[in-house]
Amino acid sequence: MNKIVEKEFFSDSVVKLVIEAPYIAQSRKAGHFVIVRTGQKGERIPLTIAEADLEKGTITIIIQKVGVSSIKLCNMEVGDYITDVVGPLGRPTHIEKVGTVLASGGGVGIAPLLPIVEAMKKAGNKIITVLAARRKDLIILEEQIRKYSDEVIIMTDDGSYGKKGLVTDGMEEIIKREKINQVITVGPAIMMKYVALLTKKNKIPTLASLNTIMVDGTGMCGACRISVGGKTRFVCVDGPEFDAHQVDFDEMLLRLNFYRDKEEKAYDNFLNKYRKAL
Amino acid sequence: MAKRKRTKKQRVRMQIQESGERIRNFEEVALGFTEDEAVEEASRCLQCKHPRCIKGCPVNVRIPEFILKLKEGDIDSAKEIILSTNSLPAITGRVCPQENQCQEFCIHPNAISIGGLERFVADHGKRPEIVPSEKLQSKVAIIGSGPSGLTCAAELANFGHEVVLYEALHEYGGVLTYGIPEFRMPKQVVKEEVEYVQSLGVRLEKDILIGKTITIDELLNEYEYDAVYIASGAGTPNFLKIPGENLKGVYSANEFLTRVNLLKGYDFPEYDTPVSVGEKVAVIGAGNVAMDAARTSLRLGAREVDIIYRRTEGECPARLEEIIHAKEEGVVIGELTSPVEILGDKKGNVIGLKCLRMQLGEKDASGRRRPIPIPNTEFIFPVDTVIIAIGQKPNQLIAQTTPGLESTRWGTLVHKEETGETTRERVYTGGDVATGAATVILAMEAGRKAAKAIHEKILGKIKVE
Repeated sequence: MNKIVEKEFFSDSVVKLVIEAPYIAQSRKAGHFVIVRTGQKGERIPLTIAEADLEKGTITIIIQKVGVSSIKLCNMEVGDYITDVVGPLGRPTHIEKVGTVLASGGGVGIAPLLPIVEAMKKAGNKIITVLAARRKDLIILEEQIRKYSDEVIIMTDDGSYGKKGLVTDGMEEIIKREKINQVITVGPAIMMKYVALLTKKNKIPTLASLNTIMVDGTGMCGACRISVGGKTRFVCVDGPEFDAHQVDFDEMLLRLNFYRDKEEKAYDNFLNKYRKAL
Repeated sequence: MAKRKRTKKQRVRMQIQESGERIRNFEEVALGFTEDEAVEEASRCLQCKHPRCIKGCPVNVRIPEFILKLKEGDIDSAKEIILSTNSLPAITGRVCPQENQCQEFCIHPNAISIGGLERFVADHGKRPEIVPSEKLQSKVAIIGSGPSGLTCAAELANFGHEVVLYEALHEYGGVLTYGIPEFRMPKQVVKEEVEYVQSLGVRLEKDILIGKTITIDELLNEYEYDAVYIASGAGTPNFLKIPGENLKGVYSANEFLTRVNLLKGYDFPEYDTPVSVGEKVAVIGAGNVAMDAARTSLRLGAREVDIIYRRTEGECPARLEEIIHAKEEGVVIGELTSPVEILGDKKGNVIGLKCLRMQLGEKDASGRRRPIPIPNTEFIFPVDTVIIAIGQKPNQLIAQTTPGLESTRWGTLVHKEETGETTRERVYTGGDVATGAATVILAMEAGRKAAKAIHEKILGKIKVE
């Protein structure tokens, strides 16, 4: 188990890994995630299951290099074994036919959006997807998303691909044009905050898939807790999806920064070791 | 000569690391008896004809018998005697609240240090050779590798069943691994006890969250287990539900201890998991978990650590030895104090704890005097880290994903005390998930009872009373 059977670079900093994980492949649904640990000294990090292949018993995860753990994972090769992969975790996305769904994904958040878009399409919804990233090479899975979308709009901060602008600019255009029954958003917390503000103004029900700090991912510690409608909820067991209009994104943004100093220290330490090894 | 006589009567003191030294490391505080000390302590035992100590032990270790073997210098036989009823003596010898169990019933005016002796025998005796038992055509799944699951697994393997133990985390041992710190429960000791259970033929499977990865129904129907024993513990932390609880620098004790013990956050950045304590730490609660969190904070470099407790020191639910050790190390117990709000700055960092003074009123259902707030006594206690240790409840995952498995309003699984049978056929339970957060030895006792019940059920020998 946990053997890497396929690896693909989407860009210099975004990697797709296909992993042998038959138990997880069998029981996972759209919206589920896994906790992954790399090496005996590794930390536990959450990653969404982007795709699964029941016959081959594999799951697909997509990782962006942002710190020590994600770099370690991105540096693994086909044939290597990941120390620990546990899941599927969290509640699956509630899938039903609602009419027109506007899906928005930012950066590596497009990966968790893919299985949701797929399931929503198969449930008979019309899907319009807005994909956004800083620049062209950070737009991932475009082809797969197109397969399950009736329309795809691409936004880049620098205008290097699609239209120039933020995810909300693309969404606003659609909202002005036609009736949207449901919005689903996955991406950086700051992006989801602004998506929530936009759709609240337009009174469109909105689900956001939250990406808080996690340790065990099974509900035993509360590291991932967040205020939703004034109540404390655990993202790992009560989520990761919540009504975006009820989520306290400002609190979430603050909590995400708690270990910033330590993360930087770990990163410097890692680079020094890496240099020495070279 | 006179001195010698006195030491015969008084308990032999175990060496411990000096407090100034030990708060700078995570090594075990109590160093254990030397062989001479153990034999001397063993010779104080009066070898009662009708020993009461055994009755005080939840798993009825044959205490005078093992102590006699130890006195005679036969440590290996002493160990064999202990292992006949207790699969994890290196653990129970260290963490049992002996003053309320075996040692409370000892008739010697200075109770024999039974826990210390059990630990010595466990640490120094050889494991008896394993005689493979006759294999039965049956298999049992155990959920959770804490003390209850490990004990049940060991017993069932000894009866000859095929046993597979499923663990959600990446290390085995449950609370022994993620909860109780290294300075009280060395992880090497836990590892050796787990390896012993493995050597009995138990197969261990980690990273499997029953209820998510595989359900109980799948275990019974698709994987064809004859029975399932649920020992998933009480691992969901309680929060205070007061304002400010989601500020940066507020931890549940579970998160804090998991980062330190399971993920070795104290050795960051050698290990990848960070953990942060400030200069002034407040730990809310006064059980063993609170003591562990407070003492861990000191070892991570906190300058001042205060236990914030609603009642007084006399009511602290923690083991007496741990309270003494904590105070020696500099932990302050703030009695009759209850937090009402956690205060933060603009960046979301903790800067203080708003508290209310309490007084003790009438006795409540638990027999302890109820704390009552004294009006207009609010004060602000400046702290930069808050650790909440006010208890845990069972994780609801298995109850929610297993139709027909009933739980109580406290989230514990409904079960028969003698056998551990739940409301679902072939499904048994024990330990904290059945009783709520309790002790290691009670969890082990439940594991033994359930193993016997499962064995008899499988053999079709269930007796009707």
